[in-house]
Amino acid sequence: MTYSVEIKQLDLAFGAVKVLQGLDLNVSEGEFLVLLGSSGCGKSTLLNCIAGLLEITDGQIFIKGKNVTWAEPSERGIGMVFQSYALYPQMTVKGNLSFGLKNAKIPKNEIEKRVARAAEILQIGPLLDRKPGALSGGQRQRVAIGRALVRDVDVFLFDEPLSNLDAKLRVDLRVELKRLHNQLQNTMIYVTHDQVEAMTLADRIAVMKGGAIMQLGSPDEIYNKPRNLYVADFIGSPSMNFVEGHLEGGLFKVDDMVLPMDGYVFAAPQTADRLATIGIRPEHVVTGELVPNAPLQFNVDVDLVEPMGSDTLVYAKLGQHPFRIRMDGQASVKVGETISIGVDPSRASLFDTATEDRL
Amino acid sequence: MAVTDTGQTEVSTKRPSRLFKNIAAKIAAIPMIFTALVVFVGCTLWTIYHSFTRSRLLPAPDKWVGLDNYERLWSENRWLISIENLAIYGLCSLVLSLTIGFVLAALLDRKIRFENTIRTIILYPFALSFVVTGLAWQWILNPELGLQNTVRNIGWESFTFDPLNNADIVIYGVLIAGIWQGSGFVMVLLLAGMRGIDEDVWKASRVEGIPAWKTYIFIVIPMMRPVFVTALVIISAGIIKVYDLVVAQTSGGPGIASEVPAKYVIEKMFQAQNLGLGFAASTMMLLSVLVVLIPWAYLEFGGKKNG
Ligand SMILES: Nc1ncnc2c1ncn2[C@@H]1O[C@H](COP(=O)(O)OP(=O)(O)O)[C@@H](O)[C@H]1O
Ligand SMILES: [Mg+2]
Repeated sequence: MTYSVEIKQLDLAFGAVKVLQGLDLNVSEGEFLVLLGSSGCGKSTLLNCIAGLLEITDGQIFIKGKNVTWAEPSERGIGMVFQSYALYPQMTVKGNLSFGLKNAKIPKNEIEKRVARAAEILQIGPLLDRKPGALSGGQRQRVAIGRALVRDVDVFLFDEPLSNLDAKLRVDLRVELKRLHNQLQNTMIYVTHDQVEAMTLADRIAVMKGGAIMQLGSPDEIYNKPRNLYVADFIGSPSMNFVEGHLEGGLFKVDDMVLPMDGYVFAAPQTADRLATIGIRPEHVVTGELVPNAPLQFNVDVDLVEPMGSDTLVYAKLGQHPFRIRMDGQASVKVGETISIGVDPSRASLFDTATEDRL
Repeated sequence: MAVTDTGQTEVSTKRPSRLFKNIAAKIAAIPMIFTALVVFVGCTLWTIYHSFTRSRLLPAPDKWVGLDNYERLWSENRWLISIENLAIYGLCSLVLSLTIGFVLAALLDRKIRFENTIRTIILYPFALSFVVTGLAWQWILNPELGLQNTVRNIGWESFTFDPLNNADIVIYGVLIAGIWQGSGFVMVLLLAGMRGIDEDVWKASRVEGIPAWKTYIFIVIPMMRPVFVTALVIISAGIIKVYDLVVAQTSGGPGIASEVPAKYVIEKMFQAQNLGLGFAASTMMLLSVLVVLIPWAYLEFGGKKNG
């Protein structure tokens, strides 16, 4: 099968600074792939390489099975949307949508047709005669998406398209983007540092760090089976609780506690004893009447309570280890109290403390 | 209403007097406002008034003669030539220094190597005084010392390029020096403007396959309109008051072929001791500036409200 986008052994350096090294990535037809990582990890650089806006140092890029490593951006069959919208400010919305098409010598009636279709899909029909300066951020970004849409391409590239919008608009446009993808079924590669965007939009997420892909998988895999400590810590808010201890013969030992890891699926059979770190998501901890049913039960001392309306975040101490628990918004917990909690080892994650990889 | 706007003014319920808003900034601006009013407006009015008198020396009060000075001015060949020269010099140097400056800026903007060196070389003339530029170009264009001689020495014996001694084209000799000095400045100004343009706009146009020259003309130049206006105003001001370049390069010669209005004004006022006539000439210069400025200001500031 041919992939929509195929990247082989990609190297990219700015002068002596190597940003991407030996990167491989395959994106299937119609897939929504999100490149997720903190600022400066090389997401935009990778996207610009795919777009052809950066000349790569080594490696190959294929789009729809065609080697486009040295092709101009306009010849790659891609459309791109930027964080800053990058509209042409002196042209009307219609001008913005049609300028590239006119330049490509596409017949007038065809341009009209494509602009009308994009305007309908993105609901920007009434704005066609306005200049970008007279539009709100959300409308501008819609126009920018429209500009990619009229190009009638197979692959859409988004570089943090929602980051300049305020919180509510961001959610609205996120939903619309998802709807757009369902409707168009194009391949989309989407760069963001926002894990909520990544989780909600992606078919697959590539978590990046320092120019390398740490884990590539479905949102479910990334969330439930993080491949290493970095991914585990990066995904999830509030982030995962980590407690360092020993793994000895299938038992996790920390201080004077012994946790049988019944139900935990190890990545490989564990023979040797080793230093290990257990990761437990705050939302996977149960409290109240659910505790007796949990395989493992502990008592923790409450340090601080953060009511957030929909739920309550409890900062507690498990022995000496800080431990966050996400509880129901109705829960009444007081500072200084000791509460009992329940944990299911099958939902936990175990990492080798030395290599930081999942066990 | 004033209270709910900011949520901070709890004490007074009245909107605070606008006079005391930003009081420190206003105090700081007083000397400049004073200067502008007294020196610029005051002296301009004083000049205009005395252009209708027969004043010859400072201090000036003398007999009112109505439009006599203006009639004399417009019947004088030297003034007419000055105006013609200014028109040629002004138009050409405006168009050419903007064009050359823009092309240079665009070339530098393409991230070529040695940008700093090249920028310094091109900007260098701007750091020189017009007198130095004028003298330098006087030498370069001198038939015995400069360009013509060099080319003849190479072997092209009949080569003739001697604008400074030819009354018909002497103003173009001055023009070359003016452009040489002006385009570096325009380049730096426009380069700064170009660098301010969002890089994503360039990326977007590349993805759409729009060639660089088209991006410059249809996207970048329209976006740089404020910078162009600034450049235009600064260059125009320089053009209208051009004086030292001419003095250093040709002293207005041969004959009166390269005279310019500013030179006329200064000579009438300080050498011919005819203040009234000099003021009449400078009033005409002011008028020409206003003829350009008023329609522009109307378009720039008046048009926005309606459109
Ligand atoms: N033009 C450039 N020249 C030199 N270094 C660059 C350039 N662009 C990006 N970098 C570096 O490459 C790294 C990755 O940048 P980028 O891909 O923009 O990160 P992000 O993941 O935030 O989009 C950063 O460390 C950045 O400093
Ligand atoms: Mg980025």
